[in-house]
This record gives sequence, structure tokens and C-alpha cells, in this order.
Amino acid sequence: MSANSSLIQVDNVSFNFHGLKVLQDISFSIFPGDFLALIGPNGSGKTTLIRIILGILKPSSGRVVLIGQELHQFTQWQRIGYVPQKAILLDPYFPASVREVVAMGLISLKRFPRLLTRQDESSIDKALDRVGLKGLKSRRIGELSGGQQQRAFIARAIVNGPDVLFLDEPTAGVDADTQTRFYDMLAELNLKEGLTIVLITHDFGVITKHANKVACLNQRLFFHGTHEEFCSSQTVQDLLRGEHHLVCHRH
Amino acid sequence: MESLLSYAFMQRALLAGLLISITCAILGVFLVLRRDAMIGHGLAHVTFGGVALGLLLYLTPLLVALVVAVFSALGILKLKERAGLHGDTAIGIISSLGMALGILLVSVAGSFNVDLFGYLFGNILAIDPEEVWMALILALVVLITIVLFYQEFVFLTFDPESARTSGVRVRRLDKLLAILTAVTVVLGMKVVGILLVSALLVIPAAAALQVARSFKEAFMISAAVAGVSAIAGLTISFYLDWPASGTIVAVSGLLFLILFQARSYRKPAPEE
Repeated sequence: MSANSSLIQVDNVSFNFHGLKVLQDISFSIFPGDFLALIGPNGSGKTTLIRIILGILKPSSGRVVLIGQELHQFTQWQRIGYVPQKAILLDPYFPASVREVVAMGLISLKRFPRLLTRQDESSIDKALDRVGLKGLKSRRIGELSGGQQQRAFIARAIVNGPDVLFLDEPTAGVDADTQTRFYDMLAELNLKEGLTIVLITHDFGVITKHANKVACLNQRLFFHGTHEEFCSSQTVQDLLRGEHHLVCHRH
Repeated sequence: MESLLSYAFMQRALLAGLLISITCAILGVFLVLRRDAMIGHGLAHVTFGGVALGLLLYLTPLLVALVVAVFSALGILKLKERAGLHGDTAIGIISSLGMALGILLVSVAGSFNVDLFGYLFGNILAIDPEEVWMALILALVVLITIVLFYQEFVFLTFDPESARTSGVRVRRLDKLLAILTAVTVVLGMKVVGILLVSALLVIPAAAALQVARSFKEAFMISAAVAGVSAIAGLTISFYLDWPASGTIVAVSGLLFLILFQARSYRKPAPEE
């Protein structure tokens, strides 16, 4: 596939913070339909890279092209979905209903003063249905379990039908069964609906089971390739030696 | 109630008090949820400097206080962004400087013809028709702006990072919210005075957050708490000859306690 057909193109991106080199010369592309797992040790720059791609941080050098547009000119935010790190609410009494949280995802589609229509209400119902939370839309978000909250945030991220969904360690603090169901739901969105997914994770089970592309980061991009290349890469084996026993399998 | 409303000064006080209290309460929901509750307190201190400057220069004290409060609110934002200070530190610096300016100006002037105590402790019963109109216009400007930017403010309050990636202009909205807060503080100063104005911003919102299940409910309950506090506070102060500002804030404190107790009885919304 040519570089022109990529959804996201990262070219020679570096990022320094207080003289510290957080990211150095990162280049890679993300293509439609990819399920890209972005892995690396703590402090390796994974979240920083995602925040640069999403325009939250400015790179020290290099460029990002989002859906054919330079990042600083990009306006089609409705085509991007994002579930940030620590999406689970720390304040259980925060007065936001599940419906209101999902409605926030529609903002990028709407023009000032961004009032919601009946069609929007139907989009909210549909998104909640897709993540299995339709019956809970009047609940306060803090009343949901950690796993249900994660699904509500996914519903918010997909309610406007984005092309690509970024997730930053979405299952931190969630039990193993809920994690499995959550990743199965992501895989379904990727395979059945063609949603491109970029997932920061430490969970090697997800990589081997669902991801078709893997990027391995530690200030520099050590590896970027397909799942099969990842499993057979000597670089990866050397990098993970002593930390993980990599078993690659597909269901 | 009939005898209370037969006085023109009470009609003005009720109208202005109700409108300003509700405006403060609605804006307060955003401030409390953003952990910016003390910005009202800080800006109120700054308005003391503004009022003193206005009195010294023979200009309308409320208008000078408004300009000083708006620039101070933007200054707090800049300090947070540029100097990397936490919000409470930035508020502490700006509010202390504003108060210091006020003290210096009072000292330079020797004395003022107008009683500064009126601004410190509020004097809603002495509000004149011109001030009622000014309050009405400013309160409507604040409320209409909140309605127009409601979805953005809600998203910004809940999750600023995701709001940014949805194309919400976070910095611009931060500035807008800071300006609205400054305007509201100056309005609230007339009702309860500089020393108690943050109570109008914080207590109704905090009371509402005890029981609200949604943003919509939070705004409605906060406005209701503020409205009841203003009407009950003014009525009690009229019949018992108590100070209006202290009575309004005391009633809102009582309502906070009631809703705090009610929280444990509120059940989750049923599944649909």
C-alpha cells in the first residue's frame, strides 16, 4: 500500500521536554483497517506520541498528516475518536449521565451553537447499543462499573462514526474478564465495521489475539510491522528477553 | 409577602438578587467541577482594588471593578499557562495583589465619601434602578453565553483533553469562562459583598452536586437552591431586620446541609 493511502502519517517526529529527549525521529504510517498495538515500557513515549498525533502536544520537529491534511490545518475531528488514559472517573459523584457523556462525542459534527437534534438522540442510542449500554443511559456515569464506564467512553468516541479510534491503556484497573470482553468488542468494531484502531497497551494477549500491526517504542521506534513479523522478529525477542514469553496465536 | 413587595427597594432587591444568585449558581457548577471554586474568592478580593480605584478616580466603582476583575481573571489563566503554576497559587498571587492595591489606594485617598463597607459586606437593599438594569443586562449576557456554549463548556469541564481532540477550542473557552466568572463576581458583589460573593458561586453548586445525576439536573438544582436562598434570605432579613447578605448565604448553607443528607436516599436511575 502506498504512503498516500495512509490514514495517518508520522514523519521524523521528535519531542523534547525540559531538555529530555522523549521521542526521537519517529516515522510510521497507519492504514485503514489497521488494528495497531503501540507497546513499550513505562516512560517510553507512547502517550506523548498519541498526544502529538492528536494535536494536544506540538512536536519539537517533524510532521503529522491526518487523513491527508497537515495536522495544523486539520479540521475534520469528527473522523477521529479518542479514549484517553485514566478514562475511568475518579469522582463517582460527577454529575454526568451516560447519555450526556456520549453526546459530548457529537460536538465535532455540529455547528455553533451545537444543539442536539432527534437524529442525534438516535445516534446516541445506537452507539450505546453497540457497546451494550442502552438500558443505562440515564444512569450517572460514576454509578457504572469500571468496565461499563470504559464502554461508555468507547460509545462517546464512536458516536460520530470516526475512521480511526485511539485508545490509551483503556483497561487499566479493570478485571481480566471485563478486559477480555472489552477487547473482543474492539476486535468486532475493527473486523466487522472496518474501524481503524490504535491501542496503547501492555497486554501481550491483545497483541497476539487481535492486533494486525505492532509498533514497539522506547524513545525510538524499534519495531513497526505486521503481527507475524512481530512474532518472528529477533529485535522484539531480544527486547523482551527476560520480561515476557511471547506466544503468538490466533483464534 | 404583600407588604414586603409594596416597597420599591424590596422589589428591586428581589429582582436583582434572584437574577444574580441564579447566574452565580449556574456558572458555579462549572467552577466547582473544574476545581476552580476559589477563583470567585480570589477575584472578589481583586474587585476590592477595583472599587477603591474607581472611588479614587471618581469613576463608577462597579465598572472599574469589572475591568480590573476581567484582566485579573485572564492574568490568572496566563500565570497557570506560562508560569506552570497550579490554579490555587495563581489565584493566591493575583488576589493578594488586588487586595494590596485596594489597601494602598484607600491609604493614599485618606478616606472615601462612599462607604467601602457597602462593597465589602454587600448592600442589595440599597440597589438603585440603574444598578438593577446593569445587573439585568450583565446577568442575561452571562446566561445567554452559557446557553450558547453549553455543550462545549460541559465537554471542557468533563474531559478537557478529549474536548480538544474533538475540535473544541479549549484555550478560547477557558478565557471566556474566566471573563464570565469576573463579570459574575462583580454582579455578586452587589448582592452579598466582596467577602461573601464566592458563597453564591460555590454553595448552590456544591449542594446540587450532592444529588444531581446529570449536568442538566445539576444546573436546575443549583439554580433552584440559589433562587430559594435569595427569596428566603431577603424575606427573613426584611422581617427580622437581619443583614441581607449574611441571611442569603446562611439559607444556602442550610439547603446544602439538607441536600447533603438527602444524598444517601437518592437511588440510581432505573434501567430502561
